[in-house]
Amino acid sequence: MRKKAEYLFDNPRNVRWLLRGFYACCLVLFILEFLVHRHTERAWEQLPGFYPLYGFVGCVLLVLIAKWMRGLLMRPENYYETLDSADKQPDSGADHSPAEVEH
Amino acid sequence: MILIPPFIAFFIAAALALVLRGWARGLVAIVIPALSLANLWGTPAGEYATVGLMQFELVFFSVDRLSLLFGYLFHVAALIAVIYSLHVRDTLQQTVSLLYAGSALGAVFAGDLMTLFLFWELLALTSVFLVWARRSQASYGAGLRYLVMHILSGLLLLVGIVIYSRTEPSLALGQIGLEQGAAGWLMFLAFGIKCAFPFFHGWLTDAYPESTPTGTVFLSAFTTKVAVYALARTFPGTELLIYIGAAMACFPIFYAVIENDLRRVLAYSLINQLGFMVVGIGIGTALAINGAVAHAFNDVIFKGLLFMSMGAVLHVTGKINGSELGGLYKTMPKTTVLCIVGAASISAFPLFSGFVSKSMVMTAAIKNGYDWVWLVLLFASAGVFHHAGIKIPYFAFFAHDSGIRAKEPPLNMLIAMSIAAALCLVVGIYPQALYRLLPHEVAYSPYDMTHVLTQLQLLFFSALAFVWLNLQRLYPPELPSVNLDVDWVYRRLLPVAVQRIGNGAFRLDQQVRAAARARVGSLLDTITSHHKPEGILARNWLTGSMVAGVVLLLGFYLLLGFAL
Repeated sequence: MRKKAEYLFDNPRNVRWLLRGFYACCLVLFILEFLVHRHTERAWEQLPGFYPLYGFVGCVLLVLIAKWMRGLLMRPENYYETLDSADKQPDSGADHSPAEVEH
Repeated sequence: MILIPPFIAFFIAAALALVLRGWARGLVAIVIPALSLANLWGTPAGEYATVGLMQFELVFFSVDRLSLLFGYLFHVAALIAVIYSLHVRDTLQQTVSLLYAGSALGAVFAGDLMTLFLFWELLALTSVFLVWARRSQASYGAGLRYLVMHILSGLLLLVGIVIYSRTEPSLALGQIGLEQGAAGWLMFLAFGIKCAFPFFHGWLTDAYPESTPTGTVFLSAFTTKVAVYALARTFPGTELLIYIGAAMACFPIFYAVIENDLRRVLAYSLINQLGFMVVGIGIGTALAINGAVAHAFNDVIFKGLLFMSMGAVLHVTGKINGSELGGLYKTMPKTTVLCIVGAASISAFPLFSGFVSKSMVMTAAIKNGYDWVWLVLLFASAGVFHHAGIKIPYFAFFAHDSGIRAKEPPLNMLIAMSIAAALCLVVGIYPQALYRLLPHEVAYSPYDMTHVLTQLQLLFFSALAFVWLNLQRLYPPELPSVNLDVDWVYRRLLPVAVQRIGNGAFRLDQQVRAAARARVGSLLDTITSHHKPEGILARNWLTGSMVAGVVLLLGFYLLLGFAL
């Protein structure tokens, strides 16, 4: 193992440059839409910024809904294993009912 | 060219793998499938290797463009996976994986339903050993649940075939459709279980991530694609499939975002990709079927590549949870690059393989007026980039530095991943190579200005959403957890219900017994009370009262005498 090895993204400046390049790409792609003639199937595809907005809003919604789902669906890692221990002492099975483990 | 069904070659290779050891076994496992592929190349359409069994005609080698393409695909997938697992010293895995690949080939070249059923069951029986090969408590349980679901699928198929054979004179594999009634629905359901339709997908996300690093690569290639093949063969143009497919493309991406086990994330994204294929089959036009089949081809390669890269991470670090990984790019740059190629392919970046096939299904959807389905698929495309394209490489190789300084995986793993990555690029850059093999002759070109631009816009702004959410600290962190899915029904609800019903029945039984015992006791008390010193039956009777009784009796007779 090398000690104190400096890797590509350890330097915050490199990360900043990567992000700047990425933002520039996004901007260029957005502007290109107005310079290139697009032949589309449906009228709403012609709306300015339809694809960029759909991608951005779709993904933000995806993540926010998924975060909300965590509240409903997330359980401790050994959730399914607790049943085995419950088997040995039948009464404790009731203590692990799904509704009660919810956070 | 020898006209033998390809599964025979694989079964011979499996038998040899059982007795051989070391490099000889590796050689056999590579050379025989390679020879089989060379032998299969360009087999003319027709039906070969037919065997009469009782009143059935079993067709083991039915060749047309559709089965031939899947045949090539499964050979390539098997070869890549075999190379990937060359370092494994486990006779069970190496034998069973060849049997499994052979069964998949048997299924796609089956010319009739009985033969299909035979290989359908063989697929289940052989693949479950790949899950069990992990030899852990979790994999044992997951394997059992996997086997039960697949045996159920086989039984439904068998019952469907039996009902079908009562009205249809021929069992030849062809269009069936839901109009067949019960037989059609049963077979549809049987294929649906193996194709991981919503509510039947629990086995996939449950079992695949529990297999060994190499086993999962085999598993991800065959079972579900055989189901896609069967659906494309028997239910093309069934409208219901379009909506099922749209649901499949959509719901797993939410799970994938919050899942911690990175191979389980890939299992969810496998269902998401199957959704695109199922939509294509449901639309059923030449372009849509071509798209579905081409996407199946690409998916096996790029999903295999992603599973291989995550398998490599698991192999060298022993960890697969996103919460425990990160920063691996520092010491595993080759694996990182190969994983990113797979991620770009599944996200359908132009010049990568997903782009040239997913777009066919999308185009078919909008051309046939399924606007809403198209919008759902577009959302799913953005979502798949989000979880498989960014999340997988980001949390494994970048993100926070986990401090793990693992070496690159063994050379054979790198070679297998490189072959898959090269295929992704070849198909992406020169799609005609794949298009030429598709079942229908369709002129389609994915690379036009509009399509490339809109796809890039979609992907870059999806990535922008990821960057923004991360900078705002809104992105859900990777947490060690289990997320409830349909398998909760049979892993938690049913066992708990059975346990409670059992306990309830036990208590009820106790109460009934206790009550009955009390009743019997009190009855005995009543009876004995009559025999006790003060009881009726134990009393002393006076002689006079007996005489009075006799007088009464005689008086009664007298009355009777007068009356009659």
